Amino acid sequence: MQLPRLTVERVLRVGKPLVFLLCLVPVLVLVWQVMANRLGPNPVETVVHFTGIWTLRLLLVTLAVTPLRRLTGLGWLLRFRRMLGLFAFFYAVLHFTAYLVLDRALMWQEIVRDLTERPYIMVGFAALVLLVPLAVTSTRGWVRRLGRRWQQLHRAVYLIAILGVLHFLWLVKADIREPLIYGGVLAGLLAFRLPWGRWLQRVRDAGPSAAAQSR
Amino acid sequence: MLIKKPDRIDPSEMTPKSLWLRRRDFIKSAAAGAGLAAAGGLLSLGMPRRAAALEKIPNPVPSGLSTKEPPTSLEDITSYNNFYELGTDKEDPKRNAGLLKPRPWSLVVDGECESPGEIGIEEVLGGFTQEERIYRLRCVEAWAMVIPWVGFPLGDLLKRFKPNSNAKYVAFQTLDDPQQLPGQRRAVLDWPYREGLRLDEAMHPLTILATGLYGEVLPNQNGAPLRLVVPWKYGFKSIKSIVRISFVSNEPPTAWNQSQPDEYGFYANVNPEVDHPRWSQKTHRMIGDGLFARRRETLMFNGYGDQVAGLYSGMDLRRFF
Repeated sequence: MQLPRLTVERVLRVGKPLVFLLCLVPVLVLVWQVMANRLGPNPVETVVHFTGIWTLRLLLVTLAVTPLRRLTGLGWLLRFRRMLGLFAFFYAVLHFTAYLVLDRALMWQEIVRDLTERPYIMVGFAALVLLVPLAVTSTRGWVRRLGRRWQQLHRAVYLIAILGVLHFLWLVKADIREPLIYGGVLAGLLAFRLPWGRWLQRVRDAGPSAAAQSR
Repeated sequence: MLIKKPDRIDPSEMTPKSLWLRRRDFIKSAAAGAGLAAAGGLLSLGMPRRAAALEKIPNPVPSGLSTKEPPTSLEDITSYNNFYELGTDKEDPKRNAGLLKPRPWSLVVDGECESPGEIGIEEVLGGFTQEERIYRLRCVEAWAMVIPWVGFPLGDLLKRFKPNSNAKYVAFQTLDDPQQLPGQRRAVLDWPYREGLRLDEAMHPLTILATGLYGEVLPNQNGAPLRLVVPWKYGFKSIKSIVRISFVSNEPPTAWNQSQPDEYGFYANVNPEVDHPRWSQKTHRMIGDGLFARRRETLMFNGYGDQVAGLYSGMDLRRFF
């Protein structure tokens, strides 16, 4: 179902600022916790983990846009994808900055060792580096300039999300339930993009129209 | 003439000395409690619920082995815990602490010794001089605290059971009861939690069984009613809520070592030169230092090298990490 053009514009006019504010809620909560001194006994760990987990959540939300659009047929959902992706990047930058400044106090020797020797940090850093070109080329101008190659480039987000889940999984000591949940959601979102995901969509598309024809 | 012998009084019938010494406090607090309860009935409406005050341990003797460093706050010590049996997130153990029942409690001591047996927690509290030992605690996760434990040397207890010449190691075991320790329902580790020390490590004067902290009996989330504290080793060696101590002749299996042998060794001495495979052990974060504080340098044997380095002379501490 496609809304009439005018209504789509109206949805976006209200929806975009709303989603923007929603995406800011976690960072506002964090700022409030810093001000109110409510970060718990290990505040640095709290900030690093909080920004990390929200990066992963926003990556998954971004990856959910396409499946949701296919399932609902609401084309305008796609218009939120850039903002969601950029917020994922925003939280990733906060996460990395918290690690550099708060956790490592900019001690570069230690940071370089982390980035070259510790697998969970290496995959996390690789994910962040890969996010940079995607953020840069997210503008309308770049979409136009890159044409077909834009989509190819932006498929890197699948790899980025996998690296993000690995980063979480390799950090955990023994109770891997939580990273496995994120891994499961990601697996589902990626599986939807396989051919049978399209088949599912075709079945959905065929359903109502077939019913309409038989009438 | 018939002289009637007095009935033998079973030790378990006697009031433990610690309680007897506190009999006045007990009467006072009971009287105060009655008054408070009446007032509290009115006051408690709309007030945040507080955890019940814990039993005091009377006059723990200060110890020369204590550090002069300022202790971590009671709030932080009791709300940031690794006690997987009560949940794997740091704040879980405090939330689930009420499930653990630290009284009545008894400890079995058995294995390679002349007089194996069982000892109740009241007898432990009353029978050994309780000392205050302010120790640094360094977690393998690269954070640290300074904790004012109350406890007594483990060696004092071990000697009572007279280890024989086959006793080379001491094995410890946590309570095995998923009702009280719901974390044991999931096989995150091979329950019950087990730990071990070499006999000489166990007899070392720094090694204590903790019965309390900040002058009160141990909060449940910190391993009530009896936990091991070995301040020169990573925190996971300090097994909580102990129900069994066994003298054994071979190195006993230990929980984290069994789970991931390449990451957690049997010795687990704090050592800034030997990194955890996934992170550096050179520095740590002191709990309470705040958001903008720098990490601190980790010292060999957590700063207890003068006292304990001799235990490991000639050993390759990279191999026996």
